Amino acid sequence: MRRRVIALLLGVLGLVALTLGAGAAPAQAASGASVAGVLVNDGAPVPNVAITVSATGFTQTVKSGPDGVWKVELPKSGSYKVSLDETTLPPGVVLSDPSKNNLSVLAFGGLPATVQFRFGSGTVATESFLDKFLQLFANGILFGLVIALAGVGLSLIYGTTGLTNFAHGELITLGALTTYFFDVVLEWNFFASVVLSLLCCAVLGYVQDKILWKPLRRRGTGLIAMLVVSIGLGVFLRYVFLFIFGGGTRQFRSFNGQEGIAIGPVDVTAKNLIGAAVAVLLLCITAWWLMKTRLGKASRAVSDNPALASSSGIDVERVINVVWILGATLAAFSGILLAMSQGANWAMGFSILLLVFAGATLGGFGTAFGALVGSLVVGIIIELSTLFIPPELKNVGALVVLIVILLIRPQGILGRRERVG
Amino acid sequence: MDWGFILSQTLTQAIAPIAIVYCLAAIGLNVHFGYTGLLNFGQAAFLAMGAYGLAVSVTRFNLPWWLGIIVGLVLTVILALLLGIPTLRLRADYLAIVTIAAAEIVRLFARSVTFRETLGGSDGINGFSTSFFSSLNPFNRQQPYTFGPIHFANGDVLFMFLIGWALIAIASLVVWLAMRSPWGRVIKGIREDEDAVRSLGKNVYSYKMQALVFGGVLGCLGGFVFALANASVQPDNYASDLTYFAWLIMILGGAARVGGPILGAMIFWGLLTLVVETLKNATASAIIPESILRTDQVGQIQFMLVGLGLMLLMIFRPQGILGDKKELALDARR
Repeated sequence: MRRRVIALLLGVLGLVALTLGAGAAPAQAASGASVAGVLVNDGAPVPNVAITVSATGFTQTVKSGPDGVWKVELPKSGSYKVSLDETTLPPGVVLSDPSKNNLSVLAFGGLPATVQFRFGSGTVATESFLDKFLQLFANGILFGLVIALAGVGLSLIYGTTGLTNFAHGELITLGALTTYFFDVVLEWNFFASVVLSLLCCAVLGYVQDKILWKPLRRRGTGLIAMLVVSIGLGVFLRYVFLFIFGGGTRQFRSFNGQEGIAIGPVDVTAKNLIGAAVAVLLLCITAWWLMKTRLGKASRAVSDNPALASSSGIDVERVINVVWILGATLAAFSGILLAMSQGANWAMGFSILLLVFAGATLGGFGTAFGALVGSLVVGIIIELSTLFIPPELKNVGALVVLIVILLIRPQGILGRRERVG
Repeated sequence: MDWGFILSQTLTQAIAPIAIVYCLAAIGLNVHFGYTGLLNFGQAAFLAMGAYGLAVSVTRFNLPWWLGIIVGLVLTVILALLLGIPTLRLRADYLAIVTIAAAEIVRLFARSVTFRETLGGSDGINGFSTSFFSSLNPFNRQQPYTFGPIHFANGDVLFMFLIGWALIAIASLVVWLAMRSPWGRVIKGIREDEDAVRSLGKNVYSYKMQALVFGGVLGCLGGFVFALANASVQPDNYASDLTYFAWLIMILGGAARVGGPILGAMIFWGLLTLVVETLKNATASAIIPESILRTDQVGQIQFMLVGLGLMLLMIFRPQGILGDKKELALDARR
């Protein structure tokens, strides 16, 4: 037993080191925060305009591209001033309100903070509340899918084993980092990288269950002790990632800085659209697996009552093992999807883990479909809350919602009352 | 390799204010988890309440330091009540999720640009400790003090050291007295079997709430020491890492033992300093080549060891050094 645990730790370390070893390229100190915008005058892009982004100890000037797009990567999150050099504007183009030249913006990791300069004489076309609402709603669904992919796995693992897995965030991170390794370091095809990375994580899910959790279950380790073990594992893996990958946020080689496609008032990038479609497909396959296949049905039986399932001839350990593989794979894709829009870093999984918990709890912990619904709701709440509260506090909103839900309906949307308390 | 320096650092850090902070945090956790069985993974939030309560009231509202301490204590009690009301009726792991979320909320608020005026943003708050030290500290505030291998950078650190250990002594005494009182027996009963205690007519919810507040206040004392010893508060000092360290210290020393957190904190900081300083020395003098480990990566090794330590302790020796496996029947509880 002791030897197996040590073997696991070495194994995990080895696997991570192997997949990421060459990934330790010189870390560029980027925070993932950026500010961007598009200069458009009367439907036509405005190229070659100098824009300066500044804060204490930081100044950078860029020119808008032929498509009017400009973007500045920032060293850290915070408040920045954005100003436009009016002398570089082409003839005939003026700011609609010259006093609105020095704009301040709050930038954080994630989607770039956008700054709009309005051109023309006096007619300012502001985005209507409805348009903003729809855009944020679409962002919310996308982010909800990211959370759902991780949440379904978390919930399935909880349902079948009772383990509240605080190391689930590290599976999310691993998905993004292995993809980064194949895509950027080895320069392989992006789609092959994604598939390979999913495979890596599936293997890690399998191995993790076989050499850590299964022996612990067999030994009769309590659920609370296992919860603490998962926290320890999470801390350990997180700093292994930091050690190997470095502290920066890095983008994939492919589909970086893709242009948005306008669908009605909503602006989405093709990569996010396809990513979301694949996420939905994966979730559908999971649902089909749970409802229709023998093993899926068995896993629901184990969730309901492991002892009864075992005595009716279900191989509980095998079911749990498959659930771990599935959970790890889904979490990995969640990480890849997240990294496609905001870059990969060592703590990305941990930073959304609480939101995943919020989604899973909201839907009813231990129910796969509940986690799906709950996660989508959490994603949408987070994005829509930025209509009313500062974007830097949007995650606070979601966590407050989590606490309020526990007050009102602790079993969640789809959970059953007797499971709790 | 400068072994004299390394050993002197190890001894100093094992009893330094930083160890005191984590010791107080772990004493609070011990009341929560060791005695009551509450899974609090947001202990950092209670320390933050103390530290920010003191710093904000002194710098922003110009209150005297002792009023700042009272504000910190009141905030801690309020936070404990807020956390307890939704979660203490629910299954144990819900408290874990909610406390970890609450600690994150507190930190995000503290470092937000929106509340920069009051809470200081990511730079935190300085300059609140002067009135405390200048009115109380009997030692020379500039002069370093050295006792054998143990070194204090100045009189403030020495003073904080003495106050901190006095606080630990008082806190431990109070916990010891409380846990051998009838109240403590009910608390330990809740840990072992909540339903049994409930069937005896005790209001389990109320007892759990009292324990949550009690442990939170003990953690808040650690927050005061942290703020005063650093002479500043910084939001990222109150991240979940603090909570994990405190957990490791509690389990290492032995949960549900009065001496557990004290022994745990001293051994933990001593060992950690020994490892970190040895590695730093080895990398600086190129005994370990830079291709394997850079000096700036030593801190990451430290966290890996904490994670690994927490896992292995929980698997192989959940009762820690002082603990009694029979008393802390972790395995029997769901």
